[in-house]
Amino acid sequence: MADNLSQSFDKSAMTEEERRHIKKEIRKQIVVFALMIFLTLMSFMAVATDVVPRSFAIPFIFILAVIQFALQLFFFMHMKDKDHGWANAFMISGIFITVPTIAALMLLLGVNKI
Amino acid sequence: MATQKQEKSVIWDWLTTVDHKKIAIMYLIAGTLFFVKAGVMALFMRIQLMYPEMNFLSGQTFNEFITMHGTIMLFLAATPLLFAFMNYVIPLQIGARDVAFPFVNALGFWIFFFGGLLLSLSWFFGGGPDAGWTAYVPLSSRDYGGLGIDFYVLGLQVSGIGTLISAINFLVTIVNMRAPGMTMMRLPLFVWTSFISSTLILFAFTPLAAGLALLMLDRLFEAQYFIPSMGGNVVLWQHIFWIFGHPEVYILVLPAFGIISEVIPAFSRKRLFGYTAMVFATMIIAFLGFMVWAHHMFTVGMGPVANSIFAVATMTIAVPTGIKIFNWLFTMWGGKITFNTAMLFASSFVPTFVLGGVTGVMLAMAPVDYLYHDTYFVVAHFHYIIVGGIVLSLFAGLFYWYPKMFGHMLNETLGKLFFWVFYIGFHLTFFVQHLLGLMGMPRRVYTYLGDQGLDAFNFISTIGTFFMSAGVILLVINVIYSAFKGERVTVADPWDARTLEWATPTPVPEYNFAQTPQVRSLDPLFYEKIHGDGTMKPAEPVTDIHMPNGSILPFIMSIGLFFAGFGLIMLNMDNPIINPWIVAIGGLALTFGCMFVRSIKEDHGYHIPAEQVKADLAELKKGGN
Ligand code: HEM
Ligand SMILES: [Cu+2]
Repeated sequence: MADNLSQSFDKSAMTEEERRHIKKEIRKQIVVFALMIFLTLMSFMAVATDVVPRSFAIPFIFILAVIQFALQLFFFMHMKDKDHGWANAFMISGIFITVPTIAALMLLLGVNKI
Repeated sequence: MATQKQEKSVIWDWLTTVDHKKIAIMYLIAGTLFFVKAGVMALFMRIQLMYPEMNFLSGQTFNEFITMHGTIMLFLAATPLLFAFMNYVIPLQIGARDVAFPFVNALGFWIFFFGGLLLSLSWFFGGGPDAGWTAYVPLSSRDYGGLGIDFYVLGLQVSGIGTLISAINFLVTIVNMRAPGMTMMRLPLFVWTSFISSTLILFAFTPLAAGLALLMLDRLFEAQYFIPSMGGNVVLWQHIFWIFGHPEVYILVLPAFGIISEVIPAFSRKRLFGYTAMVFATMIIAFLGFMVWAHHMFTVGMGPVANSIFAVATMTIAVPTGIKIFNWLFTMWGGKITFNTAMLFASSFVPTFVLGGVTGVMLAMAPVDYLYHDTYFVVAHFHYIIVGGIVLSLFAGLFYWYPKMFGHMLNETLGKLFFWVFYIGFHLTFFVQHLLGLMGMPRRVYTYLGDQGLDAFNFISTIGTFFMSAGVILLVINVIYSAFKGERVTVADPWDARTLEWATPTPVPEYNFAQTPQVRSLDPLFYEKIHGDGTMKPAEPVTDIHMPNGSILPFIMSIGLFFAGFGLIMLNMDNPIINPWIVAIGGLALTFGCMFVRSIKEDHGYHIPAEQVKADLAELKKGGN
């Protein structure tokens, strides 16, 4: 299997199909990126102004954070893609370990705080 | 003149190598050096404790030794020694030509090495860290902890990066580089346990890095995460530390399990009993390993509910561990057992590990832990796990893989003598420490009063340490003696073993496999011995083999990180010779500069032509290999 990966190509080695796919992907990522900036702005606004009631501000930005996290995982960490089984397995086990750990940690520290 | 030139090129070769086999040997050497260093500290501590009110070490030196002994043993001795075997064996066992990212592999080694060097430099700047390997705040806070703690924080931070990237490399290698037919459920157990251990590194070293970063901010930049008088929380450090610290134990012990699971079947002449159960038991242990960290903190005052939950969770780990113990016993049951040195170490691992496990379950009972906490009972417990588990399995692995790695056997007579001296010394040292603990001797004290019933056992314990030291000296003699007089090995398979690493010729060529093997079963080599002609079938024709070029960049990048860390430490020095920021930023610039060079400079590696590979193969045929 003499590989020709080490030679450089003049033209793109991608097929038309692949290039169309990449273009679509880029468009999606830009949209999601803009959305994420918008979410960030919303959370700043929520804290800086009184648009969102004081008492609801923290749960509100928390919800926004969860949405951002999901977007990040699905679009930028490629969890939505097929052929991504191993990476997804690791991300899922990471979440599986982190969420209970952080939940337990918050409970424990809450208990300790006097 | 000629010889000098020769020598220089050998050193250059090792500094720039990206070959997993050479990196493995560098890990082995570096790990052994650190192991001996920390072992000498242990010996000195035991001499100090030999008689009541001894004046061999001062209290301050004892504290520094205790901290450095624990830190070095875990981060700079046990981990790299396991990485040495992983690096050598994983690509061979899965039928690969190298790890997935050879450059990153070299980088991981050098970063670990320079991180360790940074930590060790503390001796020249007013003494080592002295807050224990756990570095609990407030002892390690900027108000109470000296410069040594800064070396601890940044040395571990740097060497942790090395460990982390090596682990990621192993993960990708095992996922992507397996030979045709090598499915996940045909992986040798050493590969499986290394895989899961690497996952644990990925998930556990990240909290450690975060915790160390917070402590660094506290110490260098007047942050207040852990300073109660400023609204910080000291217990938070304990949680973060043990969220890392407990999995760390499994990071070390799982590959040790893997070594045992390779050696026992090979010398019992039977396949491993309950392969699937072994794999799933490993996964369950790994998961539970994350959810039990607070059992180190029962006495912090978490309250009865939290204590009970963590106690029960801890005890459940005994179940999958028990599965593994029984599977090893069933593997030996009815086998034709050869008790050579490797097998002696592997089989004696089982009872000592069980003993450590039993005391572990005792410690897991929260009310009882109030009694044992911070006594020598704990010291005895974790040394039964660490020495009776990890170190014994490292010795088993050393004797087992030595002929493949170095082309000659270790002497068996010396080996067996080493085993008995070490094993007897181990039990002498640590068994009586259980009793010392029950009698109330606290841990981490540099001396004790006489006539309290502690004298005899402390004396026995120190005598045991002399035995262990003698054992290690025997091992060193064995290594030197065998290098000159040892039985040469040119056959591929001196043990008549079962897995793929024994299908490669000895010495292993730089490309490992001339042709990628076709795997048809679990224990592939053994399968071919029974069902085929005893050699692996190739999965591809002989073609040019693409190899990566060596590179000095990993070495330079690591030096950069070393200076980045050292510069930050200089911030806390009283009168640094030059501005610390110059050193820190200069170091980072060096590292990033190398990354930049690496990114823009095209480096396609080279090819070993097919003719050469064919010639090698013919040569082997002639040798009757
Ligand atoms: C082989 C001979 C060894 C001897 C004689 C020995 C001896 C000791 C001694 C005297 C202590 C201090 C106990 C105390 O007062 O709390 C200690 C602590 C410790 N040892 Fe060892 N040790 C050995 C091997 C190892 C190994 C191989 C490891 C790990 C890979 C290890 C890890 C530790 C740790 C983590 C601590 C706790 C340090 C601390 O409290 O900060 N030891 N050892
Ligand atoms: Cu633990």
